[in-house]
Amino acid sequence: MILYILCFILFLVGLYGVITRRNVIKIVLGICIMEYSLNLLLILIGYVDEGVAPIVVRETMASKFVDPLPQAMVLTVIVIGLATTAMLLAIAIRVYKKHGTFDIREIKNLKG
Amino acid sequence: MTAWIPLLVILPLSGAFLIAIFSGMFKRIGGILTPLFMLILTCLGFMFFFRETDVLVYHIGGWELYNGIPVGIHFVVDGLSVLMVAIINLMGFLASFYSVSYIRKFTGEKYYYALFCLMVAGMNGVVLTGDLFNMFIFLEIAVISSYALVAFGIEREELEASFKYQVLGGVASLVILLGIALIYWNTGTLNIADIAIVLKENGDNKLISFVQVLLIAGFGLKAAMIPFHAWLPDAHSSAPSPISAMLSGVLIKAVGVYAIMRLFFNMFTLSYEISMLITVIGAVSMVGGVLLAVGQWDFKRLLAYHSISQMGYVVLGVGMGMVILSVGGSRDVAVLAIAGGLYHMVNHAVFKGLLFLNAGAVEYKTGTRMLREMGGLSNNMPLTSATYFSASMAISGIPPFNGFFSKLLIIIAAVQGGFYLMAILAVVVSIITLASFLKVHRYAFIGFSRFKNKKMFGEAPFGMGLPMVILAVLCLGLSLLIIPFFRDIFLSPAVNTLIHTLDYSQPILGLLP
Repeated sequence: MILYILCFILFLVGLYGVITRRNVIKIVLGICIMEYSLNLLLILIGYVDEGVAPIVVRETMASKFVDPLPQAMVLTVIVIGLATTAMLLAIAIRVYKKHGTFDIREIKNLKG
Repeated sequence: MTAWIPLLVILPLSGAFLIAIFSGMFKRIGGILTPLFMLILTCLGFMFFFRETDVLVYHIGGWELYNGIPVGIHFVVDGLSVLMVAIINLMGFLASFYSVSYIRKFTGEKYYYALFCLMVAGMNGVVLTGDLFNMFIFLEIAVISSYALVAFGIEREELEASFKYQVLGGVASLVILLGIALIYWNTGTLNIADIAIVLKENGDNKLISFVQVLLIAGFGLKAAMIPFHAWLPDAHSSAPSPISAMLSGVLIKAVGVYAIMRLFFNMFTLSYEISMLITVIGAVSMVGGVLLAVGQWDFKRLLAYHSISQMGYVVLGVGMGMVILSVGGSRDVAVLAIAGGLYHMVNHAVFKGLLFLNAGAVEYKTGTRMLREMGGLSNNMPLTSATYFSASMAISGIPPFNGFFSKLLIIIAAVQGGFYLMAILAVVVSIITLASFLKVHRYAFIGFSRFKNKKMFGEAPFGMGLPMVILAVLCLGLSLLIIPFFRDIFLSPAVNTLIHTLDYSQPILGLLP
């Protein structure tokens, strides 16, 4: 159980970073941390004590397998996370070129 | 007819890749292929209204049920999905047709059309899929392409809006993913129909209540309900106008409100507390959105705040239906409330899309979005002015336009269901909406010109005029949905899907009713 709670704490660490940091790049890192904590959680959900990789070979039939579905989901989430991070960093670079700063307190044209 | 279902996702996806690959050789390919594909998709979408059986299920990759257990991913076409598919593709067609003239002033036309197709593919996938994790993937496809489209102008405002949208959207996606992971932990399956059966057997559960709150927060952020609305006015006003029409018209519905409706009616067991929470969020968005909108002087920003308010009406209607169903009240009142919500959702797609296209036409010709700098446009742009008038009357609920009938249904349902405060709020918000649109009319379209350069502006080109006229006609034409003949074809199947909450699982899992 302690592992699940640590995972959730890691998620909250990422969320804390997104909320409190002023630097654009650090906000992106916060989102990345949240995503990795969820990947860990998914793997933990599929974990079975003393389970082996779910590959069925004709001679050796292990009695316990880990759940393969969360592993497939994690692969997909990693790919999606790549797209999100790439998009965020691309915008961050453009923001830096236009505004000359990474500080979000100075990037505030839109309000009201 | 089942074999046609995957085309709704394959066609726009292939369009995106074809445009990206071949636009080097043929300059204009994006502007030709996108409206053409969207027209085919619209015809396909409307074809599904006349399907033989009530629910069509397509097994991707031919993975049929194995001993009654779903092992693959399913596409499910039922009353609600087909309604959403029709709105998405119709609005997509009109917005892409409008883009052909509008987007000439931007560079990088090919990326625009490729991203547009990708966004439509994502939204079609979200409303068709019957698998929870698959829904998350399609949702990400739709929103990641919309992040890029919001930043398409690459100026200071666009980049800032896109960054805000991405951070909040990214957090929302991860919260949704956390909810999905916890559901899989609890039930051991990802198929929405299967989860519904398992949850029904397991009974009440603290973890599931936590998941429900997570999903309301996640999808509420995507739908820009009021505590989570901060990104919407920036993102929707900074995007190119056809994209604003798509974002406000269909994206917040497909990835936000549709997902809430599908999951909370057909997957979770309805509970009074959660239903009341959704109703209150809807009412708060309805009031807060319009109060924030009144003081705006930027045309598109004002429209964006009205999107929050009008989506509040939809969520309020649907939420009241949930509350009535969960306490076991009169079924007829619940039907009325949900029908009002869904009807308003269709109407909002049409009139808010039209209003953003109007704002785009004004910006295209005059180069400004500030209402204080406009004036006298009804002489110069009669078509834009007339269509704007039709849409603004529809959104403020003036008969005989479509907005009147859907708001009337919601208000009648609120009175009959005993939600007197909600009924009064809905009427008051409608009046404030009228006031705010009369302000736009007064400052932008009538009176004398306040433009800095006193030249005459011509009417918008034909490619931009035609979609506006079609949508203005639809603003009047959709009033026909109140007549039983049309209602039975288009609206009633969607309401029945939601009202018979557990019947959703039966045809998908092959159970006998």
